[in-house]
Amino acid sequence: MGKTTTSAALAMGLAQRGHRTAVIDFDVGLRNLDLIMGCERRVVYDFVNVINGEANINQALIRDKRCDALYVLPASQTRDKEALTKDGVGRVLEELGKTFDYIVCDSPAGIEHGAHMAMYYADDAVVVTNPEVSSVRDSDRMLGILSSKSRRAERNEAPIREYLLLTRYAPERVAKGEMLSVNDVREILSLDLLGVIPESKAVLNASNSGVPVILDTESDAGQAYHDAVGRYLGEDLPHRFLEIKKKGFFSRLMGG
Amino acid sequence: MGLLDLFRSHRQRGTASIAKERLQILVAHDRATRNQPSYLPRLQQEILEVIRKYVDVDMNAVSVNYEQDETREVLELNIVLPEATTTKGG
Repeated sequence: MGKTTTSAALAMGLAQRGHRTAVIDFDVGLRNLDLIMGCERRVVYDFVNVINGEANINQALIRDKRCDALYVLPASQTRDKEALTKDGVGRVLEELGKTFDYIVCDSPAGIEHGAHMAMYYADDAVVVTNPEVSSVRDSDRMLGILSSKSRRAERNEAPIREYLLLTRYAPERVAKGEMLSVNDVREILSLDLLGVIPESKAVLNASNSGVPVILDTESDAGQAYHDAVGRYLGEDLPHRFLEIKKKGFFSRLMGG
Repeated sequence: MGLLDLFRSHRQRGTASIAKERLQILVAHDRATRNQPSYLPRLQQEILEVIRKYVDVDMNAVSVNYEQDETREVLELNIVLPEATTTKGG
């Protein structure tokens, strides 16, 4: 669904605006954030090492080479998923919270332990969805978990703020009635829309080369992520890339 | 809008509207069951067993609905008794 791509892009976007940002991979056993961020060869210690006290947080954090304000905390590749304990995750987040403005938690797929740990301490949640039935349904289930299984829910605090980010959007297919529109998805999930990322070659190119797609400022996907970060920070930006690219007079006349 | 779009609107609708309809039903159902207490299915089963001791009812004659609004929780039991009284034992 693009959770890791999105985490990388949002974290980079926040850091580029000068906010000290850490992005954490919660997908223990299937780590990929380091690969998307292009720092896979610099991983020495990981999240689980920190939780187990085998390394301190500063040894495990990888500073991004492109942006000084951005740090990556990779997941462990080999260990047991249960290694992410609620207490351990809480301690690491609290420690990071002392020096970072934003902590982006990249959740694994599904609603298992890793995903639960990624959302448990959250203040805000970005639900990343494709305009596809199974993805939308899963998102709704995730929303149910966010509202009932988080620390905020357990403590009866204000609920997690939830945002919708729709990825792989193809306006041509929406126009033909082949794909759920952004308004359809919004209506079904009743969520605030953080952004719509168009289906784009730039996303694959970015992950191929280990560069968060938001750094590809020429690309539609990069710009859409840039806007999403702006909206998250409270800017009022119109949604772009929702319509089919403009065509010439003749093709418009023919409606093709 | 192109000229041809006028005719296109009469074509068969796309699959997106089917997806939307299916999702709306599914999500509404998922949400309704989400906050239900986990004992409901067992409760339903046991009530059914008790009733079947006395009345010969169908396996799905008992429905248990749970509803919640801001001020109260409602547990609704609906038991469909057969038309002719076929009381067991006596």
